[in-house]
Amino acid sequence: MNETKIEVQKLNAWFKTTHALKDVSLTVPKNTVLAIIGPSGCGKSTFVRCLNRMHELVPGARQSGKVLVDGQDLHARRVDPVDLRRRVGMVFQRPNPFPTMSIFDNVVAGLRLNGIRGNYDEQVEKSLRQAALWDEVKDRLQHSALSLSGGQQQRLCIARSLAIEPEVLLMDEPASALDPIATAKIEELIHDLRATLTIVIVTHNMQQAARVSDATAFFYLGELVEHGPTEEIFTNPREPRTEDYVTGKFG
Amino acid sequence: MVLTVLGAAVLVVAAVIVAELLRVGGPSLAQTGLWSFVKNSVWDVTRDVYGALPFIYGTLVTSGVALLLALPVSVGLALFLTEMAPPRVRSIVSFPISLLAGIPSVVYGLWGLFVLVPLLRRPVEPLLARTHLPIFTGAPIGLGYLAAGIVLAIMILPTITSIAIEVLRTVPGSLREAALALGATRWEAIRTAVLPYARTGIIGATMLGLGRALGETMAVTMVIGNSPTIRASLFAPGYTLPAVIANEFAEASGAQQTGALAALGLLLFAVTVLLNIAARLLVRAVRRGPARVAA
Repeated sequence: MNETKIEVQKLNAWFKTTHALKDVSLTVPKNTVLAIIGPSGCGKSTFVRCLNRMHELVPGARQSGKVLVDGQDLHARRVDPVDLRRRVGMVFQRPNPFPTMSIFDNVVAGLRLNGIRGNYDEQVEKSLRQAALWDEVKDRLQHSALSLSGGQQQRLCIARSLAIEPEVLLMDEPASALDPIATAKIEELIHDLRATLTIVIVTHNMQQAARVSDATAFFYLGELVEHGPTEEIFTNPREPRTEDYVTGKFG
Repeated sequence: MVLTVLGAAVLVVAAVIVAELLRVGGPSLAQTGLWSFVKNSVWDVTRDVYGALPFIYGTLVTSGVALLLALPVSVGLALFLTEMAPPRVRSIVSFPISLLAGIPSVVYGLWGLFVLVPLLRRPVEPLLARTHLPIFTGAPIGLGYLAAGIVLAIMILPTITSIAIEVLRTVPGSLREAALALGATRWEAIRTAVLPYARTGIIGATMLGLGRALGETMAVTMVIGNSPTIRASLFAPGYTLPAVIANEFAEASGAQQTGALAALGLLLFAVTVLLNIAARLLVRAVRRGPARVAA
């Protein structure tokens, strides 16, 4: 087993009075993909948003427990959420490129924000290649990001996240708004990115979880019901609730 | 059907106004010629010499000063209220802003005359004079372009602010999150994600404010000093198009002066129309996005 990249201990999260996550503990080894599955409203998104401290931006949101990345507690007082989010990137459910910027400017947006200098042309090419988008856009980098299709926009957002070279990439249902072909491209990408990154992906598509992940965690009503190697979760789950969900009895 | 008639009525009213202005002002315009009327900087009723330039200048300068002062404050206020302030503060602050919009302009004029002008006379203008900028020279009499510009700024502040708030509310939260997830601070997220998206709308808000500033009569008349002269210094008294029409029309002696005033009215109308067209073009150009404009 690889060394531990993310360790979550007794994580609880609330929105005002709603208890969205209950005592969740799990670990993610380095350079692996963890899939989070579960029905809507089970706390999947809240969970990943706790991993880069986006959860606390919602008015009325609270949390308790520990999240450690490389052994360092994210909520320690000296951890600046702004620095943290540079190390833990995020891709959202709907593609959200900056609409007034060109493709090029979208990719370097994070570099500019973090004051990273260097050869932007090279970095743009590298990030777009990593996101499997380079060949489609190399001749129109100055076009608006909105000139791309939805699937291309999502890969642009992935390239934008990759440009600042994060250690962890959180993906919140990155393919739910995309067609099957675009989805397949994103899944391929996740396979390749594992070499350099640790990935946590939320999905409510169980085939997707089975295809892309090394480990799977099943959430239900804010609780972590079961967490284990993906194959086990899908073929031989310990919990009856997990079995009911992965076999499609509810969801 | 009824709505169509009402809609047409608006156009008819506008046409009637232009026709009347043309009927009264047309002959004197035709006599002097539009261009020489516009570029003539002398307005001397006793000699029957009528030039529009001091009023055009005064209108543009006061409106410009007003925009310069009001725009950053309005946008800043709107950003604060939409991006930072807790909801309760937002409702507490929003109320006086909308209240400001409802105060009659003569009250603004009185406030300008009794509060602002003495303040400008001392200490503000003497302090500004120390910068030795050409726009801050001359006797600090208080009445003048600067006073009018400041009063106008306060008057257009609620217009720009309330529209800017509406515009900022339309910025999708996902863009803000995209910036934050890349390691942006709150202010950086505003700069990279929120403001570029809202730019078009903020320009529109500004143009509405400018339109109000250009046409404002009463408050400006009370504090600008009403002197048909052109001076570089903002301390100097000046005059605006609406102010001179309001002041002189009732007591105009003879068809020549009445005609010249009506011609000023036409000019004001034309400036407003041109401004609206310019605003529309600007909004369209900006909406197309910088990416392709630059390419």
